[in-house]
Amino acid sequence: MRTKLLVLLAALAPAAAFASGAEPRLDHVNLDASNMPALQRGAGNFVNYCLGCHSAKYMRYNRVAADLGISEQQLIDNLMFTGERPHDTMRIGIDPEQARRWFGVVPPDLSLIARARGTDYLYTFLRSFYADPAKANGVNNIVLPGTAMPHVLWQLQGVQEAVWEGHPDAQGNVQKHFKEFKLVTPGTLTPEEFDGFVRDTVAFLEYIGEPARLKRESLGFPVIAFLVFFTLLAWALKKEYWKDVK
Amino acid sequence: MMGSTNQTARTEGGRIKALVTWIDDRFPMTKLWKEQVAEYYAPKNMNFWYYFGSLAMMALVIQILTGIFLTMNYKPSAAEAFGSVEYIMRDVEWGWLIRYMHSTGASAFFIVVYLHMFRSLLYGSYQKPRELLWIFGMLIYFALMAEGFFGYLLPWGNMSYWGAQVIVSLFGAIPYVGDSLTEWIRGDFFISDVTLNRFFALHVIAIPFALVFLVIAHLMALHEVGSNNPDGVEIKKVKGPDGIPLDGIAFHPYYTVKDMVGVGVFLLLFCGVIFFAPTMGGYFLEHANFEPANALQTPPHIAPVWYYTPFYAILRSVPNKPLGAALMGVAVLLFVFLPWLDRSKVKSIRYRGPLFKFFITAFAISFLALGYLGMQPVTPAYTMAARVFATVYFAFFLLMPWYTSIDKTKPVPTRVTYHAH
Repeated sequence: MRTKLLVLLAALAPAAAFASGAEPRLDHVNLDASNMPALQRGAGNFVNYCLGCHSAKYMRYNRVAADLGISEQQLIDNLMFTGERPHDTMRIGIDPEQARRWFGVVPPDLSLIARARGTDYLYTFLRSFYADPAKANGVNNIVLPGTAMPHVLWQLQGVQEAVWEGHPDAQGNVQKHFKEFKLVTPGTLTPEEFDGFVRDTVAFLEYIGEPARLKRESLGFPVIAFLVFFTLLAWALKKEYWKDVK
Repeated sequence: MMGSTNQTARTEGGRIKALVTWIDDRFPMTKLWKEQVAEYYAPKNMNFWYYFGSLAMMALVIQILTGIFLTMNYKPSAAEAFGSVEYIMRDVEWGWLIRYMHSTGASAFFIVVYLHMFRSLLYGSYQKPRELLWIFGMLIYFALMAEGFFGYLLPWGNMSYWGAQVIVSLFGAIPYVGDSLTEWIRGDFFISDVTLNRFFALHVIAIPFALVFLVIAHLMALHEVGSNNPDGVEIKKVKGPDGIPLDGIAFHPYYTVKDMVGVGVFLLLFCGVIFFAPTMGGYFLEHANFEPANALQTPPHIAPVWYYTPFYAILRSVPNKPLGAALMGVAVLLFVFLPWLDRSKVKSIRYRGPLFKFFITAFAISFLALGYLGMQPVTPAYTMAARVFATVYFAFFLLMPWYTSIDKTKPVPTRVTYHAH
């Protein structure tokens, strides 16, 4: 009977191979959540390039300033453009009906996008636009094919084309697989600089997903230290009392 | 000087004693304390597995206390629920901590309860005379499942919405009344504001009330029959001249100080999650639930939270929906009948034979494997594996009368085994 169980377990092993589907491979973004200069640059990128169409309606401007070490005047001068007050949340003036007419969808709110999709997804998505004449806005995306989002960062990144490779399957049909990108028109940033630009932006998106994170992690250490002390004390007390139990 | 201090102490002590007497004349305070705590004699050989009862109680207290504070800021309406949770996470003082305590507490509660239940399987704690104690415990478990289910809709994320949609639609599998029943549960033709409102009422009033009542009944039954122990020996059978079981020690202070160590270790792990991994990689807080409920778009992959997945895997392994739902229900209910399915003369695994040891090992592996499979997307191989493990799961219960009656058991000692430290 024990052997049967082993056979069962062995039968399960190949099942694990099924788990990976046709999902696009994501590049690892490698963020440092406490890197303030990166977060400040990311905040600038966000208000300049994202906030035109995407809101972050749960995030307050002055919370950003307080958490990222920016003064209120710096906040107003550099991050606020349309007459909001510092305690307002990052809302936008775009009319959902009009947005639907322009893009086909309402651009999603980005407050929690990093928590919903993951930072690797965002990092790869923002770097995976490629020229596609078949699309109305001229670009497509490997990570989210058919996305309604235009390539907002094209001036920085330049224009890249997708290189495909084909393998004929058993029936002789050629399946196209994405191989790599080829930069055809360079942008104002080098590829390395552009990756850094996107990394900073994603770092900021991760921050607005959970502004309490910095405080949470720094508070965690003293709490754990106290609990280690408490547990040792409780254990010593238990040992003392249980000396009587024969 | 010394004399006067002593005199103050005496009079203060005297005052307290007078107050206690005053209360005891009107309410059985000292009597309750003695009966339930200071003179409740528990076996001295209770091991690691016996921490989880007190920890489950602590988890309940954590959930109730954090729940009260969440309720102060949460808005049970489809338009505002998602935003109010983010308001708690961002604008309410310490709101993020209270919310993470509650969301982590839900998973912690289930971990502790599953270990507590497994302890009963290991040491036969459901056997005579503890059948009612076991049934109260199972009712607590059912209430807990309902509590978790209703609570999961409240953040009004997309997984909340579609998870509730899937589970409520299971009632539609019941012949004849199914459709009207699901409509009655939802209060609408789909999961809506009305559903959210009633789930909120059930989550914050009805079920917690039932839970607290059942926990009291569970403890009363426990203290009536006495705790079981890893040897499965009834300590009340061997009493000293004072009427106290020879193998019993007072719950207070011995087990109160011991449980404090358990509390410390539990809180270390609990706080480790809260402060460093509150989503637990998507297992405690699912990624898709950070998007608001959207009736027009399902999440890419709908799976319930981990504590329901063993039963969800059983449901999905059956191609016929009504039959799958029925089997899932039976899988949960079978636990209740353990006291009558088990025909063994011994309680503890220590004195059981190889057959029981084999079946309980196979059952534990199946339960974990089903839990894993319930989280995965459906593939033919996974479905096949789920069927095999589901068969083992049911075999553990349904073959129990057979294998426990023919199993070769070892003689049980009259006293517990205990080595003083």
